[in-house]
Amino acid sequence: MREALDPWIFVYASYALGVVGTLAMAGLSWLAMRRAEARRERSREP
Amino acid sequence: MHGLANPARFLRIARWLTPLLFVAGLVLAGGALAWGLWFAPAEGLQGETVRILYIHVPAAWLGMGGWSAIAVASFVELVWRHPLAGIAARAAAVPGAVFTALCLVTGSLWGRPAWGTWWVWDGRLTSMLVLLFLYFGYIALAQAAAGGSTGQSRVAAVFGLVGAVNIPIIHFSVLWWNSLHQPPSITMGKSAMAADFLVPLLVAALGFSLLFGGVVLARMRAILADIQTEARLRRKALG
Repeated sequence: MREALDPWIFVYASYALGVVGTLAMAGLSWLAMRRAEARRERSREP
Repeated sequence: MHGLANPARFLRIARWLTPLLFVAGLVLAGGALAWGLWFAPAEGLQGETVRILYIHVPAAWLGMGGWSAIAVASFVELVWRHPLAGIAARAAAVPGAVFTALCLVTGSLWGRPAWGTWWVWDGRLTSMLVLLFLYFGYIALAQAAAGGSTGQSRVAAVFGLVGAVNIPIIHFSVLWWNSLHQPPSITMGKSAMAADFLVPLLVAALGFSLLFGGVVLARMRAILADIQTEARLRRKALG
């Protein structure tokens, strides 16, 4: 007999991981791009 | 296509396209997840756990799509020496790995209430895990090749191309071998899924895909900026 599990725990855990993982990846990529482009602009200065 | 090989032209397009893809992706994916979590119906057999679908399936598609993009870009890099192709392949690796990991974790979270187990070593799950390891290998090779010789970059490109053999294995695994995983519900032009589930799923897939595109463009811009900075500093150092 299968134990009764609250499905919402698994649903919320999936959504939390999905949202946090996606936002972290997008945010870090955006920041890395801004930093790299700022470094390039600084390197143009004489 | 070859017109985009010019980094200046690519940057002109990427400057307005990157934020557009980010915003559109975040709005669509966020809306679709809210729809899936609060407004889409529960399924007769699986109950509320079916809501994991709206994250798990787009993550699986993008995990596989990311490697397909690496393979195509690697082919273009090897055959036509397209200057941006290698950069595009490198830029797609991290988001591809993140979505593959999300697919595996959300699949495990779905498997526990649906199948009664977190993990089984069947064809679909195992080949998806192999894809994650291939991503790790590719990222390490691409990292080692960054700023190195063309030969090192070609090793990563060959790995990207050869690793694509895993993509059809993942796709057909549920048909070739006995599996707890269900066979595909959506194939080209056909769906066994009711519209109540299909529409939010497609919106979520579109949103995550746009976000994936935005992340790839942002990472390409970062790699290009690093290359240009390094070249400029080298020129300065030489006098």
